[in-house]
Amino acid sequence: MDQFLQHILNGIVLGGSYALLGIGLTLIFGIMYVVNFTHGELYAFGAYVVFAVVVALEGNFFLALLLAVVLGAVLGGGIEWALLRPLRGASIDTTMLVMIGAWIALQNTEQLLWTGVAKAIRHPFPEAPLVVGPVSISWIRIFVFFAALVLIAGSHLFIRRSRLGAAMRATFQDRETAALMGVNIDAVHTFTFAFGSGLAAAAGALLGPVFVVFPTMGDLAALKAFAIVIMGGMGNFIGATLGGFILGIAEELGAGYISSGYRDAMGFLIIIAVLLFKPTGLFARAERIG
Amino acid sequence: MRRWLPCIWVAFLVSVPLWMRNQYYLHILISTGIFAVAAMSLNLLLGYTGQLSLGHVAFFGIGAYTSALVSLGFDLQLSEGYTFVFEPRPVWLGFLCGVAAAGFFGWIIGRLSFRVRGAYFVIVTVSFAEVVKLVALNWVDLTEGPMALNNIPPVTLSFPGLGELTFWKKEPNYYLVLAVCLLSYLVIRRLVFSRAGRAFIALRENEALAESVGVDVTRFLVLAAVVSAAIAGAAGGLYAHYIKIVDPDIFLFIYTVTMVIMVVAGGKGTLLGPVVGAVIFGILPEALREAARPEVQWIIYGLFMILIVFFLPDGIVPAVSGRLRPRLSPARGDTAEEAA
Repeated sequence: MDQFLQHILNGIVLGGSYALLGIGLTLIFGIMYVVNFTHGELYAFGAYVVFAVVVALEGNFFLALLLAVVLGAVLGGGIEWALLRPLRGASIDTTMLVMIGAWIALQNTEQLLWTGVAKAIRHPFPEAPLVVGPVSISWIRIFVFFAALVLIAGSHLFIRRSRLGAAMRATFQDRETAALMGVNIDAVHTFTFAFGSGLAAAAGALLGPVFVVFPTMGDLAALKAFAIVIMGGMGNFIGATLGGFILGIAEELGAGYISSGYRDAMGFLIIIAVLLFKPTGLFARAERIG
Repeated sequence: MRRWLPCIWVAFLVSVPLWMRNQYYLHILISTGIFAVAAMSLNLLLGYTGQLSLGHVAFFGIGAYTSALVSLGFDLQLSEGYTFVFEPRPVWLGFLCGVAAAGFFGWIIGRLSFRVRGAYFVIVTVSFAEVVKLVALNWVDLTEGPMALNNIPPVTLSFPGLGELTFWKKEPNYYLVLAVCLLSYLVIRRLVFSRAGRAFIALRENEALAESVGVDVTRFLVLAAVVSAAIAGAAGGLYAHYIKIVDPDIFLFIYTVTMVIMVVAGGKGTLLGPVVGAVIFGILPEALREAARPEVQWIIYGLFMILIVFFLPDGIVPAVSGRLRPRLSPARGDTAEEAA
């Protein structure tokens, strides 16, 4: 039972960052109808920014996190502006191919810059874990969890309350009508992509110090984000949040009770189960397909 | 002239080992041929039905592993005291098993994901490839995991009157790959020009309309997935018995991307496109090898893919043949999505 509690706790902590990843991707998909294959690379990019600032430049850890989010958003906005804006109105398959090309180019640029060797990031938290009754948890994980929670809540408030958030929601519901009401669709698209990319970079920046950083770390992250998005229903903010936590817990339980080698297969199992029983996502309004 | 052109090409390809003595060049041609088979199989899905399979390397790898395991034999400890022993079988049987196994998984994936398709199909296939890689890495009893399957026997065929022939050398392997290439080409051509092929194209162009005139959407998509996966499995089988070693790196995502680039650059939805793409991208890396590190090469691939989509969205083959004669069917399937 103690072990079970420990797995659940680890899962929830991990789930916070997964939720960030999933929210970023689901916003981009829902609003732009683009399957964003660069999402995992933005995740890796965030982690590498923290690595560069903390280890190479010996800078402040928290400043590095902030910088990772900002630079991630800038890079994402740049990708949207350079690659997706010229292809507005193109089919989802066309943009998908472009994003795959960008993914490969970005990942190998990282490989070229940092080599394939995995790197660790120092963090300023004490090594000794916090022990509460039967379970224990390291301080860095506690920090990561609460940072993720703050970002999730902040994003939610932003989309619900701000004018730009209202424009995003309007574009999601009906692009033409939103445009007629004076919403600048181009700006909303670029902003959405930058926003989602910033969240992905934040997830990478937060999980980088917990695990290690390596150039292909984005591939699995992207697959997990896809699993979360399918679970929550494409374009569904709350669904992606819950999906992130479900995936985190499922992975920890899978690693604990089945085999640690198959930890990363949990996302796929969830995808299969969801597609079999509720293809529109666990928390979805109906989506029109085909 | 046009009728004779294919025959001239085939005659030329058959003649290659007669005057090409350089073993390294032959090796490049063989691996190009294997990739051409894989690219053709991907084209059947991506080009004709408009469904992008981003896990095609999984079918390739399943073909390779199955073929290798059947011809090597294996034993599995199912429970305490009972071990399932599988004796080595002839290579041709292993090859067929590989094709069948890949086709079977194609069927499962098709059944699963064509309930929703589009973006879902892409994500399901890409995750599927990742899981197959995890299984190959972790099921050490069967696959040897990262230690790889070694000493895979080469193809052995017995010809009546000629005795047994074991394909150790490059030349017979070249002919074997060429034969599988031609066979895959003919199978895909036959399928594309059949009723099913017209159904694929109808689906790609306008799914709602196709359905309204009675095309059984899911059935035809699953059919395309099975044939495509089986041919990819055949390419994997060729690979296993030619390279003679199979490890989980066979599932690297980059190989799927290579196939996609071949199809997109050559021209999706054309019969020759993937072959042309495979020739270009089979030979290009070897030519670049001296000049650029692998990372740089992949960066070039990625940028190339973006450039192709921007400036030559139909690919090379339609761009060239489009100048010679009007095309029969549009190569791009954009309308189905917009009709949604």
